[in-house]
Amino acid sequence: MTTKPIIIDGKQIEVEPGTTILQACEMAGVEIPRFCYHERLSIAGNCRMCLVEVEGIPKPIASCAMGVTDLPPNKDGAPRKVLTASPMVKAAREGVMEFLLINHPLDCPICDQGGECDLQDQAMAYGVGGSRYDENKRAVEEKYIGPLIKTFMNRCIHCTRCIRFMTEVAGVEELGAISRGEDMEITTYLDRGILSEMSANVNDLCPVGALTHRPWSYIARPWELDKTESIDVMDALGSAIRVDSRGKAVLRVLPRNNDDVNEEWISDKTRFACDGLRMQRLDQPYVREAGRLRPANWDEALALAAQKLKEASPERIGFLAGDLASVEEMFAFKDLASRLKVANIDCRQDGAKLDPALGRASYLFNSTIAGIDEADAILLIGTNPRLEAAVLNARILKRWRQGGLKVGVIGEAAPLTYKYDYLGAGGQTLQEVADGKHSFAEVLKDAKRPLIIVGAGAVARADGAAILGMASRIALGAIEGKDVGGWNPMNVLHTAASRVGGLDLQLVPGKGGLDTAGQIAAAAVGKLDVLYLLGVDEIDVPPGAFVIYQGHHGDRGAHRADVILPGAAYTEKSGSYVNTEGRVQLTERVVFAPGQAKEDWAILRALSAQVGNALPYDTLAQLRSEMYKDVPHFARLNEIAAGSLDGVKALAKATGSISAEPFVSSVKDFYLTNPIARSSAVMAEMSALKKNMQDSPRLKAAE
Amino acid sequence: MLQDKDRIFRNLYGFHDWRLPAARARGAWDGTKGFIENGHDWIINEVKTSGLRGRGGAGFPTGLKWSFMPKNDARPSYLVINGDESEPGSCKDREIMRHDPHLLIEGALLASFAMRAHTCFIYIRGEFIRERERLQAAVDEAYDAKLIGKDNVHGWDFDIVIHHGAGAYICGEETALIESIEGKKGMPRLKPPFPANVGLYGAPTTVNNVESIAVVGDILRRGGAWFASLGKPNNTGTKLFQISGHVNNPCVVEEEMGIPLRELIDKHCGGVRGGWDNLLCAIPGGSSMPMIPAEQCNDLTMDFDALVKLKSGLGTAAVIVMDKSTDIIKAITRIAYFYKHESCGQCTPCREGTGWMFRVLDRMQRGEAELREIDLLYNVTKQVEGHTICALGDAAAWPVQGLLRNYRHVIEERIEARKALAREAAE
Repeated sequence: MTTKPIIIDGKQIEVEPGTTILQACEMAGVEIPRFCYHERLSIAGNCRMCLVEVEGIPKPIASCAMGVTDLPPNKDGAPRKVLTASPMVKAAREGVMEFLLINHPLDCPICDQGGECDLQDQAMAYGVGGSRYDENKRAVEEKYIGPLIKTFMNRCIHCTRCIRFMTEVAGVEELGAISRGEDMEITTYLDRGILSEMSANVNDLCPVGALTHRPWSYIARPWELDKTESIDVMDALGSAIRVDSRGKAVLRVLPRNNDDVNEEWISDKTRFACDGLRMQRLDQPYVREAGRLRPANWDEALALAAQKLKEASPERIGFLAGDLASVEEMFAFKDLASRLKVANIDCRQDGAKLDPALGRASYLFNSTIAGIDEADAILLIGTNPRLEAAVLNARILKRWRQGGLKVGVIGEAAPLTYKYDYLGAGGQTLQEVADGKHSFAEVLKDAKRPLIIVGAGAVARADGAAILGMASRIALGAIEGKDVGGWNPMNVLHTAASRVGGLDLQLVPGKGGLDTAGQIAAAAVGKLDVLYLLGVDEIDVPPGAFVIYQGHHGDRGAHRADVILPGAAYTEKSGSYVNTEGRVQLTERVVFAPGQAKEDWAILRALSAQVGNALPYDTLAQLRSEMYKDVPHFARLNEIAAGSLDGVKALAKATGSISAEPFVSSVKDFYLTNPIARSSAVMAEMSALKKNMQDSPRLKAAE
Repeated sequence: MLQDKDRIFRNLYGFHDWRLPAARARGAWDGTKGFIENGHDWIINEVKTSGLRGRGGAGFPTGLKWSFMPKNDARPSYLVINGDESEPGSCKDREIMRHDPHLLIEGALLASFAMRAHTCFIYIRGEFIRERERLQAAVDEAYDAKLIGKDNVHGWDFDIVIHHGAGAYICGEETALIESIEGKKGMPRLKPPFPANVGLYGAPTTVNNVESIAVVGDILRRGGAWFASLGKPNNTGTKLFQISGHVNNPCVVEEEMGIPLRELIDKHCGGVRGGWDNLLCAIPGGSSMPMIPAEQCNDLTMDFDALVKLKSGLGTAAVIVMDKSTDIIKAITRIAYFYKHESCGQCTPCREGTGWMFRVLDRMQRGEAELREIDLLYNVTKQVEGHTICALGDAAAWPVQGLLRNYRHVIEERIEARKALAREAAE
């Protein structure tokens, strides 16, 4: 296809066919105001703010909807001239702006959108100074659309971005417009909360203050906030986020653009679990005395922990790392363990049967998240991506909506927002697909870009290695004899932010060492004296062993602890996280950890001095340079060090029987998957609401 | 004046039977098979020769419109017939549907064949209950007689689906109509792509008015040249005029294009109430067209081009006559209310502007306004016109502009009178 020339405000540029005038204007560096247009949503063309003049055409044209190639050519064949600053355009913009404002309340002083409002900004830039409208303004009833979204429907300008987002990206057709003309209203119709894990993104999309963050309402003004760019740890995607804080408090989390990971969406958990960062915090050390935890000082707590570690023999000590730990602290953790000659160390608290010795490809989401855009067949094994990685599920939906994608599911028949072939519940179906006896095997065979996704729930089973092996054989079979370039079809979808980093660090049992299940079993029969938990909150530790808990929330691990060493949450430290596709990303410190809590690597460093075997780094920079020597790819931020296909081939060698038990997702309750979320009042409310709605007879009847 | 021999709608008033045998006796379905044997292009050329311009309001040449349909496309093609006759003043399509339905069905077959469509959808306005029943009965007759359907006598498989709307004016807009047939909310689509490329269910589609399709059979029977010989150049053929308002005998009548307005009213409607000199103004083409004041009506001819010259339009040829007893501001206010009520709410200027225009007019008709608001109102109509997705914005703005252009003095007088009254009361 050849490019087409177009002249924008006197500047000639060449554009690809399919480019709209608005996009062409942006390429030429000309800003076009808009409300309804959004890069990632379908084109509505209804706000009329983006009108431009095309020379020779009497009416102004909506630039968002008009393709450059759709313009009728000039008679002499010369390129079309677009004018964006002509009197016609100025009048059109002022007119549209006036229409938008006549029924928009003058709420700005009390509106939460104030300061980051498209309407405000564009009214300043493109509107006129005064008002000519003497009639009464329209009043619209408030709508209830769930505890996350506060509505002020008087302010709505009917751009329909929220409707399009819900339908096209979130995949739930729960928002729509009723009535017509000036009586048109955006609503869920039944005043029911929206059942989507992505719903609050409409708050960002809303160009006015009609939809705002309910948990954040009237708390602060945007210009009072410190804005820090960081990475999310609520799931294993590593979504790009911006954390807004004021003083010591993290007030809200917003998405940032990252086309390779989250585009510009985040899940409701990522966005609203941040109130959990203020609740249930461990802000000082504790030691257990006579069965009760009592506040202690650092010297006391470290001395006690060090004493226990020194007293116990190495084979009677266990080290476990949890789901939210950054790579830096896990490196120090492993370092300390090896200095103590402890081989009982594991980062897989869910018991995932992943072995880093097989190569990096054996535990990564190899096709990459952006690779979903190319996939034409996806097989989901024991995973519910909607709950495990909501943003990734939206990506699958996006690909599915483009057509030509077939999705098969082995596991739970859960609502995934797109249509899929339900193949079966468990191992038997997997076996049939592997043997080519299932019809979906044909789909995979015909696919140019097949994608096999194995969920954490399937990997964590006792027969996880066999499931992985069989899935790898399906994956390898699906690309056999095809020219797929560098495409690696085998993917593991993790749910823990720390998991890939831990596996990269080889944070798994050393020679003769015990894994998570082994350590717990040993503790239960009194074969373990000390258990060091680094933010481990998803498993129960049996009574007996002395538990050192290092972490930031008073959750399950802290309740069992004998010594608590208060650490920092992800917004309180600079730490590397490796997402499920192997991308190394860095969080930034937004606020300081509360009270006496310290950054986790520093706690480990201090403890190492107490046990008489000091770690050889005194600053985070020194730690990192040591770590980069060990694992060089950690230094390459925002990149993926791809694993080779050999890792998948090694996985495929695993055999063994798969039990008849159906595959289940590792996530039971989307809103309560980690200690931060479990401490969040907003997440608790959402969890309860979802449970109630799912149990409601009306909804059941509707389904 | 149109002679009886040139009449296409010979049962316009329902004096005769509408059923198939009677319709056949009047000429419908005569020679249809032969036309089809002449081929797709022959039909399109004959319609082009006839100079037929779309009868739905815009007056786009019908034959040309048909020729835009792709000839070799893997997708099916569709003909959609717009029977959503909702323009205030218009009442011609319902007469065709209830009294001469077979002309429409025959035309549908011929037009569909010309565009290589095997399916035709007829979209009927929600309020037209009886019309739908009548048309459905006629379609059933045609199926039974094997005139249409699979393996019919004409050798072109053809189905007609009658779709009943829900009574929204906007569904008469072709792309909103397509959305409505697809089961969605009747909201106009952005153009391009035009329906001829991406229309109903994403397939090439042509949307035509009922009258445009119903005349096709007779055009082919008598030849395009015959149709072109009637009327005026570029405004050929016969047309159903619908005259309502302050005339002695409101009626629908088939006449030649280009007939003088005065002749139309005097010959067919028994004249204006109170005599021709009692005429205040006439809206020539349905409520969306600006009115023509009486002084311009004297030698006005009713065709597309003559009315465009007067900054109005023929529209659907629905003439609304108003005599001097009319409160013209109130009349236009009522029209403005209609457009406010029928705006779909999709795009900003129409959604917000129609309400604004109505509210200002509503005060003006009572005199409760300021003189400066006249210019403000004109400015608002200009901000709506040409800035919207579909033509409803224009349709709402034009009558108001017509009022301000022609009867500004009436508004000024009323405002002044009200102010004088207020001054008096204050004293």
